[in-house]
Amino acid sequence: MLNLFLLQVLNGIQFGILLFLVAAGLTLVFGVMNFINLAHGVQYMVGAYLAAAFVAYTGNFYLGLLLALPAALMFGLLLEFLIFRRLYERDHLDQVLATFGVILIINEGVKIIWGAAPLSVPIPDSLSGSLPLIGNLRYAIYRLAIIGAGLATALGLYLLINHTRIGMRVRAGASNSPMVSALGVDIHRLFMILFGFGAMLAGFAGAMVSPILSVDPGMGDSVLILTFVVIVIGGIGSIRGAFVAAILVGLVDTVGRTFGPIVLRLLLDPSAAAQTGRTLAPMLIYILMAAILYFRPSGLFRTRG
Amino acid sequence: MRTPTALAIAVFGLLAVLPPLFLLAGEPFLLVIAIRVMIFAIAAVSLDLILGYGAMVSFGHAAFIGIGAYAVAIPASHGVTDLFAQTLIAIVASCLFALATGAISLRTKGVYFIMITLAFGQMAFFVMVSLAAYGGDDGITLPGRSTLFGAPLIANNFAFFYVVLTCLVGLYFLSHALTRSRFGRVIRASRENPIRVQSVGFSPFPYQLTAYAISGAMAGVAGVLLANQAEFVSPAYMSWQRSGELIAMVVVGGTGTLIGPILGAAGFILLEEWLPALSEHWKLGFGVILVLIVLYTRGGLYGFYRRVMGSARA
Repeated sequence: MLNLFLLQVLNGIQFGILLFLVAAGLTLVFGVMNFINLAHGVQYMVGAYLAAAFVAYTGNFYLGLLLALPAALMFGLLLEFLIFRRLYERDHLDQVLATFGVILIINEGVKIIWGAAPLSVPIPDSLSGSLPLIGNLRYAIYRLAIIGAGLATALGLYLLINHTRIGMRVRAGASNSPMVSALGVDIHRLFMILFGFGAMLAGFAGAMVSPILSVDPGMGDSVLILTFVVIVIGGIGSIRGAFVAAILVGLVDTVGRTFGPIVLRLLLDPSAAAQTGRTLAPMLIYILMAAILYFRPSGLFRTRG
Repeated sequence: MRTPTALAIAVFGLLAVLPPLFLLAGEPFLLVIAIRVMIFAIAAVSLDLILGYGAMVSFGHAAFIGIGAYAVAIPASHGVTDLFAQTLIAIVASCLFALATGAISLRTKGVYFIMITLAFGQMAFFVMVSLAAYGGDDGITLPGRSTLFGAPLIANNFAFFYVVLTCLVGLYFLSHALTRSRFGRVIRASRENPIRVQSVGFSPFPYQLTAYAISGAMAGVAGVLLANQAEFVSPAYMSWQRSGELIAMVVVGGTGTLIGPILGAAGFILLEEWLPALSEHWKLGFGVILVLIVLYTRGGLYGFYRRVMGSARA
């Protein structure tokens, strides 16, 4: 039981880290430009497809990953140039609608290029198998690699945001972008860089999960909503909030799915517990979000009003 | 037809003469599409009531459609097929859901409101997905349409069309009256400046919550009609994509106009029916149209119509 619990905690952390990679770019874009980008989920999907394509083309996982990152960056910049820069001054509803349209375009475009059937990416030999952790608990090396890569990225982001000049501008932009603009910073160029960077992070997350999830045209939609849950719980514009909320959501979702029914069985008879467990498990994170917003209507770590 | 109301009356008049024309033309399927347009128009008008007039952007509005639809399916599976009983259940259930979730959601504002309403919509979605007794994920096929006074009066689409049209017209004018009442003025004032509303002695919260509940109940009625149109109910009615489509209908049509959402629903459903005939990748074209509408039309279809009328006068 303890092993199962630890295993689920690790899975939850791994899932949370992935959510953080997708949420980081979204929350910065949102925080600095006050721009709601529903198409952020498809950038994660595009990262996964690019990785699948490059890995298949080069026959090498690491090389494929290395090529997918700049490609995801270019894709993000292209979207920004073609569509999003026309939407900054619009209200949230227009942004929701236009980016909803972009989701439809890209999901269908991916189907045209790669077909509707899911693709699979093999786990590289050097990262396959599992490691013994405590006692007889073993954990897949690839998942540990995701946790490691995610933590390294989070650390890099922390240093970038808190200890560099560009990070200072991003933080200032997240708390008061008109003031930053008035002080002579080209906020649109800052945003373009941020946006491309966010797209690359989302693409990186997609590429990293491509060997353990099937790469399919719907994968961006399911992540999108979870990502919004994460940034809203964390407080829009806050990287720290996104990190805490992502791990929280990852843990609650993963551990809740396994241990919810076990806890319920102590309280209810088995069939009622199974039924209630199935109902509650997917709802847990939404209950968490509603509860947090009830007590803190601007999320855990708010940066702007 | 310079005012929205005049245009609405013209649209309703046009709708009223459609069924005989479709039957004469030998195109009964067009009748089904027109019914779907009117059902989604009801849902879109209900959303516009809070979104357009109250700046409450509900991203979980499809949940109310789903509640209305299940208020048909669940009683029907227990032998209650009367349309009035089902509609009453739908209204009470969606009102209660709106009061409970609205009371929590209205503590937040802006994007947080959008996301918390999405959360409640998702909760309702997952409850219905997990209820295996009522079809779960697969949904539930109805034995037939609801009965009126024990008789299958809406079994044929001709009669059903006029029932749906009556609902649309009735709910449109109810919304029209609401937005022009003292109640509606408080709602609109709260959209513009809640602090000023408070300082003249009104508390916006009970007004906003009441508007949210009325809007939810109207969408519930649309759900009752949708279940009867499709004779099938599934959790897919409540998915967040559906809520997104409803927002799209309102914004594409023109927010805060009541006639706009009707035009938007019509445009949306007609494109959904027409584009798949052109290509299997029709969603790509649909997405392009959405993006172009946002980028190049201000005020949606109704705004476009007004500009055309304006330039015709000049």
